[in-house]
Amino acid sequence: MGIIRARKLGYDYFQYEEEGKEPDITHAIEDVDLDIQAGQFIAVLGHNGSGKSTLAKHMNALLVPTEGTMWVDQMDTGNSDDIWKIRQEAGMVFQNPDNQIVASVVEEDVGFGPENLGVPTDEIWRRVDKSLAATGMVAYRKHSPNKLSGGQKQRVAIAGVMAMKPKCIILDEPTAMLDPNGRKEVLKAVRELNQAEGVTVILITHYMEEVIYADKVFVMDEGRIVMRGTPREVFSQVDKLKELRLDVPQVTLLAYELRKAGVPVPEGILTTEELVDVLCR
Amino acid sequence: MSIKLEHVTYTYSPGTAYEIHALKDVSLEIPQGQFLGVIGHTGSGKSTLIQHFNGLMRPTSGRVLYNGADIWGENYKLRELRFHVGLVFQYPEHQLFESDVITDVCFGPKNQGLSPEECRKQAERSLQHVGIPEELYEKSPFDLSGGQKRRVAIAGVLAMNPDVLILDEPTAGLDPKGRDEILDRIQYLHETRGITIILVSHSMEDIARYVERIIVMNQGEKTYDGTPREVFSHYKDLEKIGLAAPQMTYIMHALADRGMDVDVNAITVEEARDSILKALGRQIG
Amino acid sequence: MIRDITIGQYYPADSILHRLDPRVKVIGTIVYIVSLFLVNSWGYLLGTAFLAGVILLSKVPFSFMVRGLKSIVVLLIITMALNILLTPGDVLWQWGALRITWDGLALAGRMGIRLVYLILGASVMTLTTTPNKLTDAMESLLKPLTKIHVPVHEIAMMMSIALRFIPILLEETDKIMKAQMARGADFESGNLIKKVKAMVPLLVPLFISAFRRANDLALAMEARCYHGGEGRTQMKPLRYKRRDWIAYGVLLAYLAAAIVMGVVLKW
Repeated sequence: MGIIRARKLGYDYFQYEEEGKEPDITHAIEDVDLDIQAGQFIAVLGHNGSGKSTLAKHMNALLVPTEGTMWVDQMDTGNSDDIWKIRQEAGMVFQNPDNQIVASVVEEDVGFGPENLGVPTDEIWRRVDKSLAATGMVAYRKHSPNKLSGGQKQRVAIAGVMAMKPKCIILDEPTAMLDPNGRKEVLKAVRELNQAEGVTVILITHYMEEVIYADKVFVMDEGRIVMRGTPREVFSQVDKLKELRLDVPQVTLLAYELRKAGVPVPEGILTTEELVDVLCR
Repeated sequence: MSIKLEHVTYTYSPGTAYEIHALKDVSLEIPQGQFLGVIGHTGSGKSTLIQHFNGLMRPTSGRVLYNGADIWGENYKLRELRFHVGLVFQYPEHQLFESDVITDVCFGPKNQGLSPEECRKQAERSLQHVGIPEELYEKSPFDLSGGQKRRVAIAGVLAMNPDVLILDEPTAGLDPKGRDEILDRIQYLHETRGITIILVSHSMEDIARYVERIIVMNQGEKTYDGTPREVFSHYKDLEKIGLAAPQMTYIMHALADRGMDVDVNAITVEEARDSILKALGRQIG
Repeated sequence: MIRDITIGQYYPADSILHRLDPRVKVIGTIVYIVSLFLVNSWGYLLGTAFLAGVILLSKVPFSFMVRGLKSIVVLLIITMALNILLTPGDVLWQWGALRITWDGLALAGRMGIRLVYLILGASVMTLTTTPNKLTDAMESLLKPLTKIHVPVHEIAMMMSIALRFIPILLEETDKIMKAQMARGADFESGNLIKKVKAMVPLLVPLFISAFRRANDLALAMEARCYHGGEGRTQMKPLRYKRRDWIAYGVLLAYLAAAIVMGVVLKW
């Protein structure tokens, strides 16, 4: 049994344009089945408006399904008694680094989650120290978040989630507003948490280069999961991804172009090394 | 018709302990009709640089010339300059404020003093250029999707009919298709209307694909200025200043290192493919 | 530049005053202000000595303190002028309806000293205490009010969030202003009505942005299990140390001296 499971999950929202008129119903997600095992690194891809953010918000009960069921660590997210336990176990990092940092000092922000959970003061300090170390932010602990770069702010946000000792961490486009260096920083921190601490990671993104290390990739379109598999399996379907307003890493694209031109290159090349090895054999 | 910077220096809080040299002795000339890319890591001075092009920032020393006239000279009409040199900031959709799309796009032309009919004409033309369909004209800009909002905001600058269009990270936060759509539209504008385009971007792949000249900024100085192939041939130095080359550069160098006779300066997927096929002795096409 | 504005005016230094519990400093400031209104003449020497003492202890340069006075110069002049001209008593000098009295001069002097000392005293507190610590002190000192259903924790949380977002919103104002200027907006020329109208393209995006941020932040706080002050622990709880009790002792002695001088001896 996986740590995050969904069965026939659906979420509709209503838009009331005018009084008395029938509301517009939008199916933000529909008929989603998921079973994510503890310790996995999962990537969710999809163009803007494909429903991936809505799905993410179900994973820590910020949204409750209108159809089907979602379980986090066997707890039904529809059961409001478990809501705080669910949010503690499934932490969330958002897109905009500025809008999720609460305190004016880095270490106090990292302590914000544990404070809400009612953790004793000494234990809060231990957790803050550990989380700052795990994200490489110890040197900045007394700084104001306003003086940090985008990548550093996101690492603070990750540390803030880690201090709550979650079993999984859901990152909703954490790199969308960052420059390439910031993106690398954040991705490195996330991969380390996954490998060193065994935290389950669900990374939502539309940067193709970020998903090549994932154990599994889900591709969403119009609220449904339309592709799933290892990065190699998914990226070998270049045409289908393009139809879904997505892309593939440039190496994969080059390999694909070469294949089309008749060069015997296998499908789903993900890294420069792989391609070079194949071509220079 | 050109933008020219002569020894431009810009210093924040000069004479205090917080003194920062955002630009150091930058000289350059951008002829009309060029598609220019500006790259540099965050804090390298590229945002400060582009704000000098339309007179939003005043150099601490040095001169900025537009068509030969000093824009900080006496009697120079700075507001007028901003209609000729359009600047689209990062996340430009955050500046939308009117209740419907068309009125928002009309804001620029209205400030130019055009008649309402003239404004509407300009607005419609630029909305067409960025690919916003007519049925959205009367909608609230806040009801549009992220990509559409972005394009409406770009149309808002385009409606002033500028000769130069500066775009600061126009694709930030968009999905891959949205990125391509915007850049293709900009490319089209460049080709059909002869507008000078100055594109600031973190994506080396986008830069490689679209621009004809690159300016590299580092610590307030202009470090490189040349064609993409020239600039990216310095990929090892670019890495030292927090930048990178397009992925193709790395692949081509790796292949050359293994003895394959490929063009190491290929920077786009198409160039790389053709060069590899040639090296493998296959027919192109 | 709009981002040069600093809110809270904290002056970082390592002094005994910086280390004191913020609650001591809040109460100390209140005691000091009260004392200024207790004494009348010679008692001000005591107030001066106390103020000089804390300023020395704070390690904040005196020039920095005086800067805070600049903002009240106009208020100070008006207050003193009104007191000089409107107080009845033995006429010292008269010119038409205007007259100056001894009592007026004395009163103006007292008001002037009170106002200046009050601002300096409060500055010592804000210069040596970070806004966040001040918020903590407020929350702690006002805690009894929760009994009469004052949402003390919520108010304190709002204050600290405001402190975090003010610089961000100032920067944003700067950015939107520039973006609209790039579209030919003119924020400077024209009469008042035109100027107010010109603010619309600035204010609408600013409000939208502020609401978006508020919305995002609320969601992020909920995701991190924030559910009000109930059952919440603190990472940095305020705890009195020995030096804080000593400071309270000094304050008590000072207050007693002020009462003796002002109320008992009528100095």
